[in-house]
Order: sequence, then C-alpha cells, then structure tokens
Amino acid sequence: MKVPFSWLKEYVDIDCTAPELQQKLFGCGFEVEELTDLSAGIEKVVVGVVTEAVRQEGTHLYLCKVDCGEYGHDIAISTGAPNVYAGMHCPAALDGATLPGGVHIKARAMQGVVSNGMLCSGEELGLNEDLFPGAEVYGLLDLPKDTAPGADIAPVVGLDDWMFDIAVTANRADCQSVLGIAREVAAVLGKPLTMPATDYTVSARTDARLSITVQAPDLCPRYIGHYVHDITPGQSPAWLRRRLALCGLRSISNVVDITNYVMLEIGQPMHAFDMDTLESCAIIVRRAAPGEAITTLDGKQFALTPENLVICDGEKPVALAGVMGGLNSEIKDTTTQLLFESAKFARDNIRRTARGLGQNTDASSHYEKGIAEYTTELGMARALHLIQELRCGEVTASHFDVKDGKPNAGPAAPRTIRASVSGINAILGIEVPADAVFDILRRLQFTVTPEAGGNAFTAVAPPWREDIEIGEPDLAEEVIREYGYGHIKPTFLKAAQVTGGGLTADQKARAALKRAACAQGFCETSTLAFYSEAELDMLHVAPDAPERTVVRILNPISSNLTLMRPMLAPSLLNVAVENLKRGNGAGRLFELANIYIPKQLPVTELPIERLHLGLAAFGRDEDFFAFKGAVEALGAAFRLQFDYVRAADVPWLHPGIAAYVLCGGERVGWFGKLANDVTAGLKLPKDSRENQVIYLGELDYEALMAQVPGGIRYAPIPQHPAVQRDLALVMAENVACGDVMAEMRRACPQLGEVRLFDVYRDEKLGAGNKSMAFTLQFLPGDKPLEAAEVDRFVKKILGNLKYRLGAEQR
Amino acid sequence: MQQKIAALRAALEADRAKVADKAALSAFWQKYLSKNGEVAGLMKGLRDVAKEERPAAGKIINECKAWAEAQYQELAAAVEQAELAARNAAEAVDITLPGTPRPTGTLHPLTLIKNQIVDVFAGMGFEVFEGPEIEDDDHCFTRLNVPKNHPARDMQDTFYVAEDIVLRTHTSPGQIRVMDRGQLPIKVLVPGRVFRSDSDATHSPMFHQMEGLVVDKGITLCDLQGMLDKFVQALFGPEVKTRLRPSYFPFTEPSVEVDVSCFECGGKGCPLCKGTGWIEILGGGIVHQQVLKNCGIDPGVYSGLAFGIGIERIAMLKYGINNIGLLFENDLRFLQQFQG
Repeated sequence: MKVPFSWLKEYVDIDCTAPELQQKLFGCGFEVEELTDLSAGIEKVVVGVVTEAVRQEGTHLYLCKVDCGEYGHDIAISTGAPNVYAGMHCPAALDGATLPGGVHIKARAMQGVVSNGMLCSGEELGLNEDLFPGAEVYGLLDLPKDTAPGADIAPVVGLDDWMFDIAVTANRADCQSVLGIAREVAAVLGKPLTMPATDYTVSARTDARLSITVQAPDLCPRYIGHYVHDITPGQSPAWLRRRLALCGLRSISNVVDITNYVMLEIGQPMHAFDMDTLESCAIIVRRAAPGEAITTLDGKQFALTPENLVICDGEKPVALAGVMGGLNSEIKDTTTQLLFESAKFARDNIRRTARGLGQNTDASSHYEKGIAEYTTELGMARALHLIQELRCGEVTASHFDVKDGKPNAGPAAPRTIRASVSGINAILGIEVPADAVFDILRRLQFTVTPEAGGNAFTAVAPPWREDIEIGEPDLAEEVIREYGYGHIKPTFLKAAQVTGGGLTADQKARAALKRAACAQGFCETSTLAFYSEAELDMLHVAPDAPERTVVRILNPISSNLTLMRPMLAPSLLNVAVENLKRGNGAGRLFELANIYIPKQLPVTELPIERLHLGLAAFGRDEDFFAFKGAVEALGAAFRLQFDYVRAADVPWLHPGIAAYVLCGGERVGWFGKLANDVTAGLKLPKDSRENQVIYLGELDYEALMAQVPGGIRYAPIPQHPAVQRDLALVMAENVACGDVMAEMRRACPQLGEVRLFDVYRDEKLGAGNKSMAFTLQFLPGDKPLEAAEVDRFVKKILGNLKYRLGAEQR
Repeated sequence: MQQKIAALRAALEADRAKVADKAALSAFWQKYLSKNGEVAGLMKGLRDVAKEERPAAGKIINECKAWAEAQYQELAAAVEQAELAARNAAEAVDITLPGTPRPTGTLHPLTLIKNQIVDVFAGMGFEVFEGPEIEDDDHCFTRLNVPKNHPARDMQDTFYVAEDIVLRTHTSPGQIRVMDRGQLPIKVLVPGRVFRSDSDATHSPMFHQMEGLVVDKGITLCDLQGMLDKFVQALFGPEVKTRLRPSYFPFTEPSVEVDVSCFECGGKGCPLCKGTGWIEILGGGIVHQQVLKNCGIDPGVYSGLAFGIGIERIAMLKYGINNIGLLFENDLRFLQQFQG
C-alpha cells in the first residue's frame, strides 16, 4: 500500500517526522516496508532567477547570470536550453550539486567559458507533467515568479515528501486506502481525523429509463449507482494529478481520474459507464451465460462462464464485475452523461475470476481483500462530491442502492460487543487500566459505553472494521497494539498445570535408528517428498508395478514434481548421482521419510503414509557385504536378526547382487547393487557412468518396528565356556553359504554362533568347487562340554552336510 | 672354604656381567644355583670341613647362597627390563602416520535444529505429535478458522491431490488433531514437512515447521513471550530476547510476529539483522476462540497459545546458511559439516 506523507497530512495533523511515523506504525501492526524520501538524491539545487541570458557567438549556448540568493547573486551558468530568458525562475544546480540518478554537477568550462553549475529541466529533477505542470516542457523548468531565489528546490516542486510503502495484513482490508492508513495514524498519534468532504447537492433531473437489478445477490451484496449528467470532460486539477502520479497512476481525464482517486483515497473501486453507449439503461448484475463474451477496456476478449459476474445493459455485458469495465461503455472525451458504480462483490468470486482469466487489476485486488459496505457508500459520496468540486458534471437525483438484491432499506443495526477490561487483561496477562482501554478503543473510533462498575462495557466497532468478529480477543489485540507490546512482561505459564511431556517410544526409536545409521557412516539427507514418473522410469519400474499407483498432485508447480513418492530409492539415487557429478566420489546416505500409497484412485480419502528408511552407498570401497553388514548393524540396534533371500526380480537391482530382507518371516525391505542397465542410464558423464558402484536399499520402518522384541530381559550367562571348532569344507560352487549354515543348525541344536572366515578357490579342490571355512561355537548345557561330545556333534554336522549338500571336510 | 667362596663370588660376578638375555640367564642359574650348581657344590664341600668349623662354614656358605640368589633376582629383573625395552622399540610405530578412518555419518542440520527445539520444549513438559502430511481441507483450513472464501487462503499456495485433500501448508492442522483427542491440558509440539507451491531463492516447495500449542486455564500473551524467550535463549544464547509485534493469522487472536534480538551484533545493527537489531523468527498468538470451539473446547474456561517456527529459517540463522537450496541439495561436503 503506497501512501504519500503529504496526503496523510490532509486528514491528520501529523507533528512527527516520516521516519518517526514509520516507527509508530510498526508498533501498531503496520510495517512500513519502504520509506522513500522523494528529495533523496537532490542536493544543492535551488531556485535561480536568470538576470541575464546572452547567446554565445558561434555556439548554441546561452551565458547566463543567475541570482541564487544566499548562494550568490551573480553566478555564471551556461545553458543550451532554448527556452531560457532573462527574468526566468528555474532550478539551478550549484557547483557540487547532485541530481536524481547520481548525477554530480561541477563547475566546468563549456566552450571556453566557466559554467558554475547547471540550470535544470523538470525531467532532470525526476518530475513529470502530472507531478508538476510544465515539467515535461522541452528545456528548463519555468517556475512561478513568486519563488524566492536561493530557496531549496524540493518544496518548490513538491519533492519535499515521503512515500510510505506499507504492508497491510490480510485482515485489514479497511487499510487498503490512504484514508484507512490515516485512521490508524490518527489513532496512534491520538489526533483527530479530518474526513474528506463527501457532501454534494443533487439537481432535480432524473432519468426514468434507468433501473438497476441485481440477479446474483450472493456475488453482489451491495450495488450503488448514480446518474451524472452534463459531463464536461477535461483535465484534472494539479493537486489531484500529483496525488495520482505519486501513487503511480497516470492522469487521463477528470471523470476517470475521480474514479481512480476514490479507489486510492477511500479504497473503493469505482466504475463509470458512458450512458450514451448503453443499449438500454436497465442495468442487470448477473452471472455470465456460458460462453458469453466481453471485451475489456484494455481490448482483451474473454469467453465467460456462470462463475463470472457481469454488469449488463439489459442485454449485453458492459463490465466484468469487480475486474474491469467493458470497452463498449468506456468513458471518452465525447461522454456527456454517465452512471457511476460503487459496489461490493463477493471477494472469492472476484479472485477466481481474476485468476481464472489472468486479468488481475487494481480493482480486483481491492475486491479480493474485501470491502466494507461503509466504504461502498463513502466511495460514491466522495466521487459525487468531486464531480461538483471539479465542476465537471451535474449530479442528478437518480440514485440506486441495491442491498442483497432489494432496494436498501437503511443501515443495519450495528453489532454490539459486550466485554470487560478484566477479560481483555486476562488475555494479555497484564493490567491495562480501564481508562487506557476505553481511550484506545475510542481513538480507533469504537463507540464505548462503560457499564456501572467501570469493568464491563459495550463496544460497537466502526462500520469499516469487518475484521472485528469475536469480541474480547479482538479488542485485546486492538488495545495491546496501541498500548504497546513492550508492556507485555514475559511470564512462564504462570497458571498452567505441570505436564509430563517428552518423546514417545516410537519417536525415540526413530531417533535411535537415525543414530544407528550415522554409526554405520550414513549421512542423513532431506529430499523433496515429490518427484515425477521420470524417477520411476529411471529405476525401470514396470508400467503395471504397484509403485506406479501413486498420489498425484493436481496442481504441480513443475513437471518434475507431480506425484507423492511411493518409494524413497529414486530420491536417494538422485542425491548420489548429484554428489558424483560434483566430484564427491564416495558416500553413504540415508533418509527416514514417508512414502504415500493411495487407498483408492482417484483419491477420496487421506492416503496411507508409511515411514521408510532409504539407504544409498556409492564409491569404490562399497560392496554387497559392506552394505549388508550395515543393514545387519541397523537391525542389531533393535535386537533384530534378518534373513535374506535372493532378489532377482527387482528391476532396478542387479539380479545376482540383491536381496530381500526378511525379519520374523516378513519381508521388510530390499537392498542390492544398482542394476547395470540402470547405472548405464544415469545422468553422469558417459566415461564415468560405467564404473559407478552404487548400492541402494529401502526398509519399511513400521514393518521393522512391528518385529522389535519387547523389553530387554537378562538371560543367564552359561556357567561353562563355549567350545570352538574350525571346519574347512569343500563343496560345489553353487552351494550357498546360508544353506550350509542352515544345515549345520539342523544337524546340531547345540550349535551357537557360526562365523564364515574364509572362502577359497583352487584347482586342487577340483573343477567347479570352492572351500568355505567356518568357526563353529558349541554351547554347553548344565555340564562342561567334553571333547568327545563335540567330536560327535561335528561328525553329525559333517554327515548332514555331505548328505544334503555334498559338502566334505577338506 | 673362605677361599672357595671368594673364588666363587669373583667368578659369579664376572659371569653376571656377561648375561644379556634369557638363555644366558638360564645358564647362569644352572651354573650357580641349580641342584648341581656351584653354590650347592659348596654345601657338598662342607663334609670336608673340620667338624668344629662346620657351623661357621655353614653360615658363610648360606650367606653366599643368599647373596647369589639376590644376584640372580637382580639380574633376572634387569634382563626382563632389557627384553621389554627391546620389544617396545621393535613394536614402536610412526605416530604421525594418518589414522585409519572409520567415518560416522551425520544428522541433517534440520534434524539437529528440530532435536534442539524439541529438547527445549520437552523440558517444559511438551509432548511431540506428528499428524499426516496429506491433510483434508477441514483440518488444514476450515477448522482453523480459514473458511473457503477467506483471504488467508491466498496467503498459502496450496497443492491439491483431490478436491478437498491437500498437502498440508502448515503444521497447524496438528493443533486440531491434538485438541480432538479431548485431553486437557495440552502442551504439544507438532514438527513436520509442509508444502506450498512456491519455489525460488528463498522458498522451497517443501519445508519444515514446528507448531507449538498450549491449552489450559489462564494462558496469556505474557506466557507466550516468556516461553519463547526461553526458547530463543536456548538456541541463540542467554543474552537474546524476543520482541512481539502485531500481525495476523486466522487461527490466533491476538496474533503476533516474534523477533529475536540480533545474536550477531547484540542489537546494534549489522548485515544479518539488516541494521534493525532484530530478526524475525516466528509467528504466534492466543488461540482463536473459534478454533477452540471447533474442537469442542469451551473458550469461556480454557485459553491457549500457539506458535509456528520455520525450521529452515532457524537452521539458516544458526548455521549461517545463506541459501535454502543447500538444505535440500544434500551435497556430502555440506552434510558432513554437521558432525556431533
């Protein structure tokens, strides 16, 4: 919200500087995002009176003598401006002056004559025709003759001003105007507010053809129209043009300027229809027919739907309500009579129309934020006053006011809030005196009526404050923002009960799992919860695979982020690839995050969110067993033991170097080496791609936790030592280690830990054979194990291995 | 006998000087102290001594034996020392050779910050609640006092997965879910991922928030500031403090923006605080009475405070990270800086 300091001063007698006001506004909830000194960048520029201007022979220059008051009465300055004349008052930049844009002026020789400064044009001071009439004339800015030589130029040309750019929170639509901010300024300074004049007189004229019907009162709760006759188009006065210009609007003509001025000043978007262009003067406010077309003022054409509200002249749309007028009814220089519109439209409807059609305007922006009906009334009155003040039309007696689809029956009863000072203080936690509470609310133009006892009171919010809804909390906020948040004294839940707090067992388990992953050298990552089909394609996920059943984002921000991820692996693979690209040749990564599974498609209820642990390891030192060891360590952190079965059917994993992880007989995840064909397709330099060693894994956290055994119970330590024996076995190459171990256990219940310590291949073992060597641990019962007993166990194991797997002792 | 003993002592002392290792030590023992050794030989020689001289001779032989054994013990200890020293010398390593790395992983900075915040509030009796990341409109907006046509919906660009199902735009729906459990009083933190369709240098379409909610009798704005003071002091140092200023959120009334005094310059003004001495860190307020009502809690009896912390923002401030993108790129050279 842009507000000129000078404009605010018209409503409030401000006795502080602009930067001081900035601080006060900040304290009461209006952050001034930018405060601009309009004279910034202009230094040592004064009013100069040209006492003599002589053409220098053979050049285009005039040698001038300039009276700059206290800076010198006879300063020699050369100028090339053709409009210079003796007796002219114009801006003179003295030696050492600066102009906007960082231009520095120094005394220098021009065509052999020293010029002690520069005479300036309006544009050189950053002015335009609207800011200061004559500013765009070619040549020097011809100032009025009543300006004093040597006077600082900024006040003379209206640049002794400040622009406030104020952030207005979404609840304070009433402050989207200069008047709205002025109300807050008056309140915070404790000064009276001078309202802009809204009085006008009406002529006896009416137009019987005119009527206004609101057929869609849900989208247009209030519509005020007023007929203005005998328009005399022309230029607006300088004060009005200057204000529009300061706020970034161009002056067009008096009538159009009035509508813009009222929007800036009051916050009410106004529209004016050229009545001569209306087919019928029976105005209808209705939803557009499907496919109905309108061409807006800017020449753009739109096909509408019943979701769009239009203003029609009996038949055709003449305005896209709340957004922009129609080209067909535009105010022109030839306009002789018009119908003013001041309306309140449903803000969400205007927002949808403006966004849907890509037609965001100043008007739609105001309507989206919300406009009080008070503002709608005030806007019309102000516009009609300005018509008379500017003498550019005859305000007739044809006035229409439709509220909720019917002629307005008069103001609604004001909403009264019953509150108490103690109730307000109970919210704040401090004791604001009753007098201060009442004073603050009155400064904010609440009507306050204290009840007997001075604690309870009734308050009526001013009609523009539609944000005051619930009572004491609203009033508490008003009070403290004016009283000052500095009065809040930090306390520590003075009245609250003591509570237990802390993490749940599951939250602690997650933290423990993360620590266990760190202990295995994995770094935690944080990746986006969404990606696209491309990530599933990257992993060669089959088109009919369950991972393709996903929750899709209906309005994705980019084509890379279209679905909620059904697995973490692609995200971690992307991180690994990105690290490789950046020259980080090795690393281990993990993430503990949700995957998302729709319960049905299309989605009609909240999808399943399941916590997964994603793992990735890459670099030359990684191999299957290093990764498997890490997975086992993660399980061990929760006293879980895993079994593994070959995973030859995972499309993104190497069919021979991949496993499913089983826990308690349940499949809880997978891991393995990235498949060769997937590796070959990675977005890495071709020569480095082939050699990449990347392992991925993913565990279902919830399935894992379901298997975690209950609390730890101490098991007695065996009284007698365990006995170890080493066994070297020869067997066919295709016999799996896991099978060997399983057969050992089957043969001998006394077998404890079995550890493989060597795998060995040699011609001497016979073609297609290998040797595996194990350390077996035998657990004693009540008595110490005798050597003979252990020999018997070993014999039994060897017998079973030979019978089942054809393995023999070496 | 005296002469014999003198000779033996001389021989033993000469031999002793030659013993340098365990083998020589053993030979030494054999020669002098074993059953057939020379000291034992002296004992045998006692038979040849005149009977009346025997007690005296026996005494000096015993003295000699004790002396020889002491010599041996001394020698054994010296040999032991020498061998240990030799072994140590042989085993010594170049301690300036590099250590064998056994790298441990790191927690993500966002996790570190989350843990720190949880620690602070857990100590105040807060529990931690995590709601779903995909939420219905009702929890995400409507019951938080943001009805369909509310301008606050514009403040949050929402990802939709169905007409009334969204990726939660804030952790505030957790407030509703906790209040719905019907257990009072409430002190809860709701950390989690949130999503907004916004992506640029300062925004990520996914980021992390931490919601805080207290519902009890007699909760005030002073309590909010007191609690947040403790929080910022735990994270940024004992000398920082908070400043409240008016703001707007649909689910709190009054609503405040909370600034922390600049921990870089102590409030004097520096580039971090853009010269203001204050850094905006979170929003909060007194829970809107309508929100309490929406959860079946009587605002006439109970009141609450709520606040929402952006975890990325805190992490960036605390670790001096100037680009939010770094937090999601997961470059190992970045991640590995967060050891401990």
